[in-house]
Amino acid sequence: MTSTATALSRASRHTTPPDRRKLADNITGWTFAGPATLIILGFSLVPMAWALALSFTDSDLMSPGRNVGLENYRALVADPVFHQALRNTALLLFLYLPASLVAGLAVAVLLNRKVRGIGFYRTCFLVPYVASATAAGLLMGYIFDRDFGLFNGMLVKLGLPAQGLLSSPSQAMLVLTVIFFWTRFGFSVVIYLAALQEISKEVVEAAAIDGAGRWATFRHVIVPSVRHMTVFLAVWGMIDVLQFFDLVMTTTKGGPANATVTIVYYVWQLAFTYFTAGYGAAVAYVLFAGTLVLIVAGLLLARRKGAMR
Amino acid sequence: MRRRRLPSGWHLVLAPMSLVTVLPFVWMVLSSLMTQAELNRFPPPIWPDAVDLGGYQRVLEGSDFPRWFLNSVLVSGAIVVAQVVLCGMAGYAFARIRFVGSRLVLVLVIATALIPFQLTVIPTFLIFNKVGLTDTLGALIVPQLSSAVGIYLMTSFFQSFPKELEEAGRIDGCSRFAVFFRVVLPVAKPALAALAVITFITAWNDLFWPLVVINSEAKYTVQVGLTTFQGQHRADWPAVMAGTVLTTLPVLGVFLFGQRRFIQALTGAVKG
Repeated sequence: MTSTATALSRASRHTTPPDRRKLADNITGWTFAGPATLIILGFSLVPMAWALALSFTDSDLMSPGRNVGLENYRALVADPVFHQALRNTALLLFLYLPASLVAGLAVAVLLNRKVRGIGFYRTCFLVPYVASATAAGLLMGYIFDRDFGLFNGMLVKLGLPAQGLLSSPSQAMLVLTVIFFWTRFGFSVVIYLAALQEISKEVVEAAAIDGAGRWATFRHVIVPSVRHMTVFLAVWGMIDVLQFFDLVMTTTKGGPANATVTIVYYVWQLAFTYFTAGYGAAVAYVLFAGTLVLIVAGLLLARRKGAMR
Repeated sequence: MRRRRLPSGWHLVLAPMSLVTVLPFVWMVLSSLMTQAELNRFPPPIWPDAVDLGGYQRVLEGSDFPRWFLNSVLVSGAIVVAQVVLCGMAGYAFARIRFVGSRLVLVLVIATALIPFQLTVIPTFLIFNKVGLTDTLGALIVPQLSSAVGIYLMTSFFQSFPKELEEAGRIDGCSRFAVFFRVVLPVAKPALAALAVITFITAWNDLFWPLVVINSEAKYTVQVGLTTFQGQHRADWPAVMAGTVLTTLPVLGVFLFGQRRFIQALTGAVKG
């Protein structure tokens, strides 16, 4: 903003035509871009700094709270629920990320051909992505209900034992991972499909002429050509997983026995149901730092692999 | 050359896979038409014995659902209009006008996409609490008047937009504003439509922020309303499913209607 002011005063001193043009451009530029950028920066940078300050207090959301230094961060290290939330989120990440990349690319390859009704299939894969997590959560929460659900009903019909599913501490997180995968992987399909459609036919045909089989073409032509999308989807998937909240809220509410508490769900609980906002802000900051580290590590790894090729 | 080809064998792979993905939604509709007694049977039936609209009646008349629906329409509508106008203008400025600080601000804006909302949500709540705006529909709208994704989409769209049109307008003596609103906006309709579709779906489906900032039932959005409705009527699954169907219909409609634009927006956000 200060640079704008100096630019304005400089422009107003000499009113030669090019300067006047520059002044006009600065004014229109900022009038056009100002409102949108102010809202975004105002609702991200200001709260970000505030959250950092909060994380050093014992704020209860209503009063500012006392300064407690690093107490919140120290408490976090020993907090069993936080550890559980970390484990749950890590499990989701390790199961979901590879699955969404592999299945996304596989389905996109299947869809990338001239078959009648291809648009219909693509629509089908996107429907769960478009529906709200609330709707998906309520619906799947019912289908995977231990006592009344359709899934156990089918197992019983087939003569198999009913499972604990969302009520079982050992199965709940796995079931949630399946539901999460179902709602999100259509995105990978669409992104990969767009990338596949940009691979020129000549390259694929040339590989075939060189005697490459289907698998070799896939491995050595298709996979490398969509690599930038794989990197993007991996980063996007990580952000998605680390912000996993809605489905937990509408199915298990973190239960049974904290088996499905994710980091973000824990932040929400801490700040808005237990009113320990300072502590919640500390957990949120650790989450943010973790996200950044994972993303940077992922990007560096992708770059190194790319350089080696 | 043969006129008609046999249906491709790939249908045998693709059809079952895509069916499995949408089948839960089909059953969502079917179960919303069942009676409570039917749905409380175990195993639950796949197909309703007869079409029963009781679930719809109970959710529409026995709860504030119509009110929540209206709130969602108002909030998402306002957000869509604001984002199309504000992000459209900002994207045009970043792509076309050379002004001081534009590069830096654009990078900053795009970088904010990496900040999780969960990090900023507590202070954002405190800000709204301080100005006394919690528990209002305004609190749902204001933080989403603009978005980093929207600005990014519009900037990359206008960068690939032919300059000749505007130059013709400028020569005719129009101001930048007049050129933008009379010449550029009408031609940019496809990109604005793509932004509108993606913004509507995101705004309509939002649960986290409304859950945090809204207290009174009369101001719930459909997503919050549905979540609490389910909590209070655990046994009435047909009504919960009816509410779920009604909540999903608007996004599904917008998605099916604007699918091409939606996919453009998703994939356009990635290229660059």
